[in-house]
Amino acid sequence: MIKVEGLTKRYARTVAVDNISFEIEKGQIVGFLGPNGAGKTTTMRVLTCFLPPSAGTASVAGYDVLENPMEVKKRIGYLPETPPLYPEMDVAGYLDFAGRLKGISSADIAKRADEVMEKCALGDVRYKLISKLSKGYRQRVGLAQAIIHNPDVLILDEPTSGLDPKQIIEIRELLKHLAGEHTIILSTHILSEVEHSCERVIIISQGKLVATDSVSNLTNRLRGSESVAVEIEALNGHPTSAEVQQRLEQVSGVSRVVGKDPKDGRMSFEVESLQGRHIRSDLARSVVNAGWSLSELRPVGLSLEEIFLQLTAAEAKAGHKPEAKADKPMDQKKDEQPEAPKQ
Amino acid sequence: MKNVLLICNKEVKSYFVSPIAYLLMAFFGLIFGVGFYTATRQLMQYSFQMQMQGGGPSMNVNEQIIRPLLGFASTIALFLVPMITMRLFAEEKKTGTIELLLTSPVRDLDIVIGKWAGAMTLYLCVLGMSVLDVALLFAWGKPDWKPVLVAYLGLILQGGVLLAVGAFISTLTKNQIIAGGVTFFVCLLLWLLSWFTEFNSSALSSVVNYLSIVTHFDNFAKGVLDSKDVVFYLSFIFFGLFLTSRSLESLRWRS
Ligand SMILES: Nc1ncnc2c1ncn2[C@@H]1O[C@H](COP(=O)(O)OP(=O)(O)OP(=O)(O)O)[C@@H](O)[C@H]1O
Ligand SMILES: [Mg+2]
Repeated sequence: MIKVEGLTKRYARTVAVDNISFEIEKGQIVGFLGPNGAGKTTTMRVLTCFLPPSAGTASVAGYDVLENPMEVKKRIGYLPETPPLYPEMDVAGYLDFAGRLKGISSADIAKRADEVMEKCALGDVRYKLISKLSKGYRQRVGLAQAIIHNPDVLILDEPTSGLDPKQIIEIRELLKHLAGEHTIILSTHILSEVEHSCERVIIISQGKLVATDSVSNLTNRLRGSESVAVEIEALNGHPTSAEVQQRLEQVSGVSRVVGKDPKDGRMSFEVESLQGRHIRSDLARSVVNAGWSLSELRPVGLSLEEIFLQLTAAEAKAGHKPEAKADKPMDQKKDEQPEAPKQ
Repeated sequence: MKNVLLICNKEVKSYFVSPIAYLLMAFFGLIFGVGFYTATRQLMQYSFQMQMQGGGPSMNVNEQIIRPLLGFASTIALFLVPMITMRLFAEEKKTGTIELLLTSPVRDLDIVIGKWAGAMTLYLCVLGMSVLDVALLFAWGKPDWKPVLVAYLGLILQGGVLLAVGAFISTLTKNQIIAGGVTFFVCLLLWLLSWFTEFNSSALSSVVNYLSIVTHFDNFAKGVLDSKDVVFYLSFIFFGLFLTSRSLESLRWRS
C-alpha cells in the first residue's frame, strides 16, 4: 500500500531523512518511532505530498507522490503534528469544510460529519468555536478531519498527544477498528502506544532507518540473551549477598549477575545469560542444592523501551546501523546533532 | 469550480466573523463620506454663486463630484488592499492549516482563485459603502450614469489586480505584518510611479507608465471604457494569480 524507496529529504542545511526504505502492506497498523528530530514528521509530509522528496521515491496505493499527487491525496487522511484547525469556525462547520475539501458530496457530508463526531466523541462540542476548545478536543477534531472521507491510508502524526488516558484508550480502540480496511501509520514517542496498537514498528533515528520489524520479532531478535530476576530469602543474615552472587555466577551460561538492594529480607539479583543459552532451570537447581529458599525466578523480557534506547543509542554513538547503508561520513553527522532538538 | 467556491466561501466567512471586515467598511465609508461632503459643498457654493451672478456654465455633477470622488476612492483602495490580503496565506502558514489545504485533493490554482475571490468579495463590500453617497447624487442632481458605471468597473478591476499582488506577497511569508507591510509598500510604489512619470517623458517612463496600475485607472475615471485597459487589468490579474499558485507550489520546495 505504501512503498518508500531510498527516500531522502534535505532542508537547507539539515538532512532530515536519509535514504530510508520500507514497505507497508494493506490493512496494517504501523508505528513510526523515533526520538525528537528523527525525521518522522518529515517522512509523513513526503507521504502526504506536502513536501517533495529530495531523492528517492514514495508511493501510496501505487501512485507516486510526485507524479500523481492528486490520486495520492484522494486516498489519504492526514493528521499533522499540529491539528490544522481554523479557530474561528465551530466544530461542525469545520468538519463540513474539511469534508467538502476532501471531495465528499453535499448529499453525504452531514451524515459523514455526524458519524465522525460520534466516533471521536465530539457530540458535546459540535457547536463550540474551535478557539474555545481544549487541546485534547482539538486533537480529536483533527483526527475526525483525517477520517471523515474514509481514506484508504491514514497518516497520523502523534495522534494521542494531549489526550487523557481514557481518550487514549478510546483512540486505540478506534484505530484497531479502522485497521483492516485502512492502512495506518502513526508516529509516536510513546512506546507502549506501539506495543498496544501496532503490528509493526519502523524505528528511525537522526533520519536513518534503525529497524523495521513486527513488534514481537523485534523484541525476540534483540533479546538474544535471556535475562532472569532471581529472589532469595535470607534468614538471619544467611546466606550473604556475596555468597549468593558468587554461586550464581558459577552456573554455566551465566554472563553477568547484578545484585539489587535487598528488601523485606529478600535479596534480588538480575542474571543475564550468554547469547542463546537457557539458564533458568540450572539457576533454580543451583540455588536449591545450596539449601537456600528460592522465592522468585522470573524471566525479564526487554521492554520495547529498552530496545528503543539500545537501538537509538547505538546509532548515535557508533554511527552504525543494521539496516541502512552507511554512506555518510560520521563527522558530518555530529554537526547535525545540535540541531536536532530545535523542534 | 466547486472547490473555488468552497474556499471563497470560507474566506468570506472568516473575514466577517472577525472585526476586520466591519472595520474596513466603516473606515472606507467614513473617509468616502467626508470626501463626498466636501465635494458637494463646494459644488453647491459654486452653483449658488453662479445663480447669483445669473447664468454661467451649468454645474456638472459627473465632472465635478463623481470623477474626483471615485479617483479618490481608487487611492484609498491602495491602502485597503494590504489589510485585506495580508492574512490570505500568511495566516494559514503560521497556524499550519496550510497542511490541510495542500494535502487535500484540490488544485493549487483553485485554492488561489478561491482565496482571491474571497478577498474580492470583501473589497466589493467595502466599495459598496460608497454606493449610498453616489445614489444620493442621483436623487439630487441628474448625473449621467454611464461614466459612473465605467468608473466603478475601473475600481473593481484595479482592486482585482492589487488583491492578486497582495495574495502573491502573502504566500512569501508566514508573518502577516510583513505581508501587509510589503503589500502596502508595493501599492504605494505603484501609486508614486504614475506620479513621477507624469513629469517625465522618456521611453522608460512611458513603459513604466504603461505598467502602472494607476495610470490605467485614469481612463475609467474619465468615463472612457477602453478595451485596452480592461485587457491590461484582466491579464494582470490572471498573471498574478498564476504566479501566486506557482509560489504556493514552490513553498514545498523552498521550505
Ligand atoms: N522546515 C524545516 N526547515 C529546516 N529544518 C527542518 C524543518 N523541519 C524539520 N527540520 C529538521 O529536520 C529534522 C527532522 O525533523 P522532524 O520534524 O521530521 O522530526 P520528528 O521526528 O517529527 O521529531 P518530533 O518527534 O520532535 O516531532 C530536524 O533536525 C529538524 O530540525
Ligand atoms: Mg514530529
